[in-house]
Amino acid sequence: MLAFVIRRIMQSAAVMLAVALIAFLMFRFVGDPVNQMVGVDTPQEEVARLRESLGLNDPTIVQFGRFIGNALRFDFGVSYQFRQPVTRLLAERAPATLELAFTAAAFALVVGLIMGVYCALRRDSWLAQLFQAISLIGVSLPTFLIGILLIYLFAVVLGWLPSNGRGQVVKIGDWWTTGFLTTSGLRALVLPAITLGLFQMTLIMRLVRAEMLEVMRTDYIKFAKARGLRTRSIHFGHALKNTLIPVITIAGLQLGSIIAFAIITETVFNWPGMGLLFLKAVQNVDIPIMAAYLMLIGLLFVLINLLVDLTYGLVDPRLRIAMRS
Amino acid sequence: MTEPVISVRDLRVEFVTRKGILRAIDGVSFDIMPGEVLGVVGESGAGKSVTGSAIIGLIEPPGRIAGGEIRLHGQRIDNLDPESLRRIRGRKIAMIFQDPLTSLNPLYRVGEQLVETILTHTDLGPAAARARAIDLLNEVGIPAPERRIDGYPHEFSGGMRQRVVIALALCAEPDFIVADEPTTALDVSVQAQIIALIRKLCRERGTAVMLVTHDMGVIAETADRVAVMYAGRVAEIGPVRDVVKHPLHPYAKGLMGAIPTLEAEAERLVQIPGSMPRLSNIPLGCAFNPRCERVFDRCRVERPDPNVPRFGLEGEAPLMPGHHVACHLYTRKTVETAS
Repeated sequence: MLAFVIRRIMQSAAVMLAVALIAFLMFRFVGDPVNQMVGVDTPQEEVARLRESLGLNDPTIVQFGRFIGNALRFDFGVSYQFRQPVTRLLAERAPATLELAFTAAAFALVVGLIMGVYCALRRDSWLAQLFQAISLIGVSLPTFLIGILLIYLFAVVLGWLPSNGRGQVVKIGDWWTTGFLTTSGLRALVLPAITLGLFQMTLIMRLVRAEMLEVMRTDYIKFAKARGLRTRSIHFGHALKNTLIPVITIAGLQLGSIIAFAIITETVFNWPGMGLLFLKAVQNVDIPIMAAYLMLIGLLFVLINLLVDLTYGLVDPRLRIAMRS
Repeated sequence: MTEPVISVRDLRVEFVTRKGILRAIDGVSFDIMPGEVLGVVGESGAGKSVTGSAIIGLIEPPGRIAGGEIRLHGQRIDNLDPESLRRIRGRKIAMIFQDPLTSLNPLYRVGEQLVETILTHTDLGPAAARARAIDLLNEVGIPAPERRIDGYPHEFSGGMRQRVVIALALCAEPDFIVADEPTTALDVSVQAQIIALIRKLCRERGTAVMLVTHDMGVIAETADRVAVMYAGRVAEIGPVRDVVKHPLHPYAKGLMGAIPTLEAEAERLVQIPGSMPRLSNIPLGCAFNPRCERVFDRCRVERPDPNVPRFGLEGEAPLMPGHHVACHLYTRKTVETAS
């Protein structure tokens, strides 16, 4: 087990190194950072001095080494547009994105699972057919359109929920702010979370349905029925547990993309998160923020993958053996 | 005379498909006495497994029991509601499946599966159920059961898993077990052990067994009586010695002739020409008539009933009591029978 974990961590480190290389190359090839920092009338010697002090004259490999060293200390330099450390900018906005992403993921997982199980067990009921039809819409409609439709319906026409922002937030500890503790914060969370989670929800629903139908056809379910076990136990014990194995992988990986794709939802709802920050950075060629964001998303994906692999062992006893060897 | 444990009368099972209704089982009747093993043989698709599924009430849509009766200790069970049927399954009737590798839920410990089944069907508490589970594992011949009970199915070999499957079937001491090809997926040496185990349980507990297989060797070793099925019908049924040694139905003759033996210096194994008809295309009269060497006109129009009295042919062994055959050949009263 330990060897398995260590091996996976090494692999993760290699992936992160590759991501870092791409992030670093952005500095080299997407415009000259010095031009972004100095004014038009800055004297040439001043520019040269700045270039030297930033280490831009060193060999590329040395610069890359320095980038890695800084990244390990969570130092991604200073944002060109805000003149503030990138890490602090991201940390300020991380709670908004993470709260949105986890709410969306929880929504997608819980609702998707319930609907999927229902569709598998009551395959021919009209409600199951309706869920199937809705899931097609969820899979095919683009996120921004869903967001705009939801805003139109619930914010403009019905006026039930706010259309943008995070509502009132409460500060917890040094840097975390949460919208979970105020009514306006919770209300503001509803529409963005549904928008962000809808695609994943339909995906999970369809996956759970397909997997569960598959499991219900297996011999061990037939044997469980032949033993006269209670239907509830067969459906929600024997069948569901086996259904969840592939669902864990997909749901885990989807959490990464929920965080990454929060960009669009944050834009639609003017949500003050990392995605919105990233989009502004792209518009203003603010490379340090772009690089840091890239590294952060890469790290999230790698960590989630690692966690998913480790959870397998908890759910499936057969893999514990495979991990040990 | 004792009452049969299971009594099947004129059972018909149909599958509704887009192309029409397929009759997988057509007019099957038999009884099984306490402690008796009825072997059911036939080619794939002859309806052996479907008969087993019908008795235990596990025909899934689009299949349905379209007619006939299934009685357990004289009480009809084919028309029970799902919940009453569930209470009978596992408690009165159990089933053993073909592939022990896929019959056990991979995510549950063997003990968990046993204990759940015991708790479902008996009044035992969790601790007593666990003790009973250990006893059962011991009875089916699993060494160190108190340790193995906490193992997962993948930690057991194929033969050991089939023993676990049998232990699971025995949880509530059923009166009747459907064993659907219980040895097909196992090594020959393990097969013999499993057969011996089923035989022993049958003798000791008086459990009736319907043993579905296409292995004649297994039938000869285990069964008391044997039913030969063809295209969803019983072609021949009788005591195992009579049917195996002196098969009457041309299909049964072909089936027995296709078994290689070491003693007989046979030039070639006997083959039955052709293949079993599709369920959508079963011929009129006797289902076997297009492949039968001894077919005559009556076979093509009138379906032979296995329950009418039959008579042995001249120069062949006489029909023994309890030996029934669905073949018009044996209707002609040309020879006086021995009994």
